[in-house]
Amino acid sequence: MVKGNEQVKHNELVLKTCLLAGKIMMQSGAETYRVEDTISRMALACDYPDTHSYSTPTGIIVSLEGENPTRLVRINTRSTDLEKVARVNQISRQLTSGDITISDAFQRLKSLEKENLSFPIFVQILAAAIASASFLIMFKGTWLDFFPAFFIGGFGFTSFYFIDHFTKVKFFAEFMASFIIGLLSFFIVQFEIGHEIDKIIIGSVMPLVPGLLITNAVRDLMVGHFVSGLSKGAEALLTAFAIGAGVAIVFAFTM
Amino acid sequence: MISYYLSQLLFSFIASASFGIIFNAPRQSLIKCGIAGMIGWISYVLLEDLNVDTVMASFVGAFFVALVGHIMAKVNRMPMIIFSVAGIIPLVPGGLAYNSMRHVAQNDYLGAIPLAAKAFAISGAIAMGLVFAEVLVQLFLNIVKKLKGVNN
Repeated sequence: MVKGNEQVKHNELVLKTCLLAGKIMMQSGAETYRVEDTISRMALACDYPDTHSYSTPTGIIVSLEGENPTRLVRINTRSTDLEKVARVNQISRQLTSGDITISDAFQRLKSLEKENLSFPIFVQILAAAIASASFLIMFKGTWLDFFPAFFIGGFGFTSFYFIDHFTKVKFFAEFMASFIIGLLSFFIVQFEIGHEIDKIIIGSVMPLVPGLLITNAVRDLMVGHFVSGLSKGAEALLTAFAIGAGVAIVFAFTM
Repeated sequence: MISYYLSQLLFSFIASASFGIIFNAPRQSLIKCGIAGMIGWISYVLLEDLNVDTVMASFVGAFFVALVGHIMAKVNRMPMIIFSVAGIIPLVPGGLAYNSMRHVAQNDYLGAIPLAAKAFAISGAIAMGLVFAEVLVQLFLNIVKKLKGVNN
């Protein structure tokens, strides 16, 4: 073990690395238990067997054992980026197996945090459009509505993406996107290009539905992460409400 | 009948893989996401066509998604969430939640409540399915570990 000043620096580095790993994972939509597990495994690999970490969707606290320091990191934005979860997982595995040192791990996490690994936006929009059309068929819609759902789903996701990008208020973007979806579906059925308005709307809003949040929230609650569960649940509820309200307004005006 | 199930299989695969793209799953795992989603959705559809309750069918569907996800995670040494997230999406009661909001918008609160309750029950069932699969996998792994320990 290193001593004195070196020890302090080492502590600092381990803490920073653990917090950064946890932060990236939480921001990318990893499960709470996985974040805590990764942090304690990484600390264990650096000879801190009794590390405690407390993760919530809005912040993570890590405490190295004994008289070592405790640090907190705030998490402001959350999205789903599974590639980053996988990368952090990989880095933590390499660190645990001794393939890389703690400072290597920190450098890699640092560059991973800045990287943008997502698919290009037009691929995402295309995927959302295809998913919407597929859901229409899966929910027993008619084949005639396949293309309307394809276009409305794609357009809804596009508007969500850009409104979110410019306003930075996720719930407003979801509300506006579902409002646009509702409006477009209404017109498309009105002009008899589409047929079942309910099926088209349900298929098209699916890319916006907080499915991951809902199931993660209930799952967290079941295993005893009550704070995470409730806050994820609140986020999911707000999202569902925003989507529902957007569509509901269209119905209120047109019926 | 066969074409109906084939289209369900095909589109659930495509939908889950597309969600993999939206959630930015690692490139090489997109097909596996699709397969997990397909297995979960087809078990859900089969049960529903056999007149099993939607809540139960969702539970079984989620269970299979998670089971397949765990197996793929172990094989590929990746977090399990990558494979399960996209697969769960088709089972999420988005339609019910939407319908209940629609009733609220039309001032029909009494019509909205049962739909909302059902949506809540289904999301609970999905989470139960996930947890059940996890417990089962952990049990299995522990037994395997013990057996190996005895052999050594």
